[in-house]
Amino acid sequence: MASGREAWITGIGLVSSLGDGAVDHGLSLRRVGGNPVVECESFSPNCVHPLVAFDVASQIHSKNDLRQMGRWQQIGVYAAGLALADADVAGRKELLDRIDIVAAAGNGERDPELDMRILENRRIWDAEEDAIGPAINDALQTGLRPTLYLGELSNLLAGNIQIVHKVTGSSRTLKGEEMAGVSAVENAVRRIAAGQADIVLAGGALNAERQDLLLGYELGCNLWAHPYQPVWQRMEAGSGGVIPGSVGVFLVIEAREHALARGARGYAVVQSVASGRARRSQPGEIRDSLESLFDTLSQGLATGPLAVLSGASGVARATAEELAFLDSLDERHFAPVIRAYGSRLGHAVEAHFPLGIALAALALSQGRFFPPFDDAGDIEVESGEVGPLERVMVTGVGHWRGEGIAAVERIPAGRVG
Amino acid sequence: MMSERFMDKKGRPVVVVTGMGLVTSLGWGKQENWVALQNGRCGIKSISRFPTDGLRTTIAGTIPNRPGHTPENYSACDLSLAIAEYAAAEAVDQAGIGGAGSFPGPLIVATPPSELEWPHLRRLYLANDDKQQTGYRGLRAAARSGEFTDLARHVRFAAIADALQSRFGTLGEPLSVCTACASGSSTIQFAVEAIRRGETEASLCVGADATVHPEGLIRFSLLSALSTRNDPPQAASRPFSRSRDGFVIAEGAGALVLESYRHATARGAQPLGVVLGVGEKADCYHRTRSQPDGAAIIGAITKALEDAAVDPEDIDHINAHGTSTPENDRMEYLSLRRVFGERLSGIPITSNKSQVGHTLIAAGAVEAVIALLSLQSGIVPPTLNYRDPDPEIPLDVVANAAREVPMRTVLSNSFGFGGQNVCLVFAAEPN
Repeated sequence: MASGREAWITGIGLVSSLGDGAVDHGLSLRRVGGNPVVECESFSPNCVHPLVAFDVASQIHSKNDLRQMGRWQQIGVYAAGLALADADVAGRKELLDRIDIVAAAGNGERDPELDMRILENRRIWDAEEDAIGPAINDALQTGLRPTLYLGELSNLLAGNIQIVHKVTGSSRTLKGEEMAGVSAVENAVRRIAAGQADIVLAGGALNAERQDLLLGYELGCNLWAHPYQPVWQRMEAGSGGVIPGSVGVFLVIEAREHALARGARGYAVVQSVASGRARRSQPGEIRDSLESLFDTLSQGLATGPLAVLSGASGVARATAEELAFLDSLDERHFAPVIRAYGSRLGHAVEAHFPLGIALAALALSQGRFFPPFDDAGDIEVESGEVGPLERVMVTGVGHWRGEGIAAVERIPAGRVG
Repeated sequence: MMSERFMDKKGRPVVVVTGMGLVTSLGWGKQENWVALQNGRCGIKSISRFPTDGLRTTIAGTIPNRPGHTPENYSACDLSLAIAEYAAAEAVDQAGIGGAGSFPGPLIVATPPSELEWPHLRRLYLANDDKQQTGYRGLRAAARSGEFTDLARHVRFAAIADALQSRFGTLGEPLSVCTACASGSSTIQFAVEAIRRGETEASLCVGADATVHPEGLIRFSLLSALSTRNDPPQAASRPFSRSRDGFVIAEGAGALVLESYRHATARGAQPLGVVLGVGEKADCYHRTRSQPDGAAIIGAITKALEDAAVDPEDIDHINAHGTSTPENDRMEYLSLRRVFGERLSGIPITSNKSQVGHTLIAAGAVEAVIALLSLQSGIVPPTLNYRDPDPEIPLDVVANAAREVPMRTVLSNSFGFGGQNVCLVFAAEPN
């Protein structure tokens, strides 16, 4: 059985549309009425939150390494470097050799120009039926960049972190949209608790500025195709929908004992993570699933105001059921103070839950919660204030499948963010 | 107080295998596969599913048709799911665990890339009648119509896990794992760790990959990873031979029910084998190549032996990764030699990839099943086409015909692009 070691967050690496580094995010998210950074022209009718300009070469020194990576990998490798530096483990060979990676990832980018050249090539498609296949073969064989596949492979985000930052304990990549990020954090925390790992680099990256990524989410009709609106207002508009956001986020999660032994201080402790999967064939199942997860999570949690960083996607049903769950918490004597961070940063899919954990740790280390991220709507404004911040609940409800929640708590005499 | 026989030398719950399922180019189900494996058959053939004109490699280990299943009409996503379901059903059935549609533990699945294939892209392209919307915008406009929701499963990374969970009623949130060609082994590793943590008594591990389509083939070809020895197809995959020139892409699924020994015993289930240990080490040298001194592979093997609490002397047989690429087989030999020393030349080693091809994401699970079948039967299936041994990598290869080998403990290796190295130690009996 788990020995129950505490999982501390000792390093945060963060880059998004709002800024470069954890400090930037703290400042930006505390600005009352701060505007999200949104790009609505390039991918119209959809909006995305584009990544801030960042100095990728400061973390990825080799031009050759850079060339071998897709942009999502560059974003993730950059954020991982920030996290390692923040935890003061960057460059420490002996320590890096024991760090386990758990990455949450999708696929990398296709070559959309090649795809369109092939799709639009009449010589291919107007040929005799048995000549079409060979013509596609020829087009792919001559058109695909030989190393493109290495930019597409899910586990090559982690692979590039290994190469660039020399993190060589173990390396696992989880897929599965939002739940990949939930499972990555959950797995890290559980392995640390049970003594199966001492120090883990967990996180993910999303490059939202991709035609092929948007096409994928469009197939399920899950994108918001109107001008920018915050999460809850999209939900209230009926169909709802996702506004994707480019994000790179990695956390150094470390056993308390391990951190103390090397003189590292924690931003916060991940007290527990719980995940489940409702069938979603009947209304109310998502809410039920969240309620049963909360039952596990809330054991030992003092009632009263509860800061909630909601990872709601804006997809109507999932978002509405999450809100119904949050609204019902008062029956259990919790008063949720809700902030949907996707309203400011966009939805980062695989990276979204680790992003919520990072923001929770940041807020806890600063001792106070964030102001509403949707100050024009009622939901966040009317949910009130928390006061001195002791714990944050992070939610991660998949736009399509899966539910996760985590409790992140303040470390007495912990690191000040 | 838990009985000591249910704990390993390190005081952790012993993890046993109580059910297995297998689908490969040699057939559907363990029985069909095991007969073919023992008889030295090869499932690699010329690709007939799509035209191969102009391609450097025209062979693969594709899944054969069977009543109710015509792989040639399936997309990669649908075929991967079909074989995953078949293998998982066989494993769950053999284990006799849980009720119908209610498996008492989590699902861990190694799944191939999720992507649209050319026929899908073409459908979207033709469906866009708004000439203002060009390029991917046009494809997106077609998707936005809501008429292509049936394609969403191809780009949802959790789609295969979700379908398997619905079918088998596994508990909690399933994991979809990708550690490239080590993924199948990673599923076993995740499950062993969860059972040792006491989180669950059982877990369903599945690895599946059916990505033999034009782009799947071409992208490996462009990385110079594939054998181009197309004729005869059965002679292309030749692990450890001097003339080896690349791997042969293949489809397959392996499934295992892992269970705590205590739980299996309590319900009267017969263990098929024991997962004694798992070891993993990440490489940082190159995206597709190992550190020249083999440090990460050596690390993975060493950690697996340590985790299993066995010595190199205890290993009776090695189920190699053995891809038949010049690089892999040399590095695997060098690393094994460092761990096992002189004794390596006396350990029978085989690579199932000579018979079934390289099942990529599924390989670790497929080969775990075969290693356990070997362990149970005392028979090691052959490494085919071992006619010109590479003098640089002297090994006791089980050449060309199956061999009887008395075995108690087996090492199974899996390595993948991105510096992934996972090794598993299986035993007939608890340690």
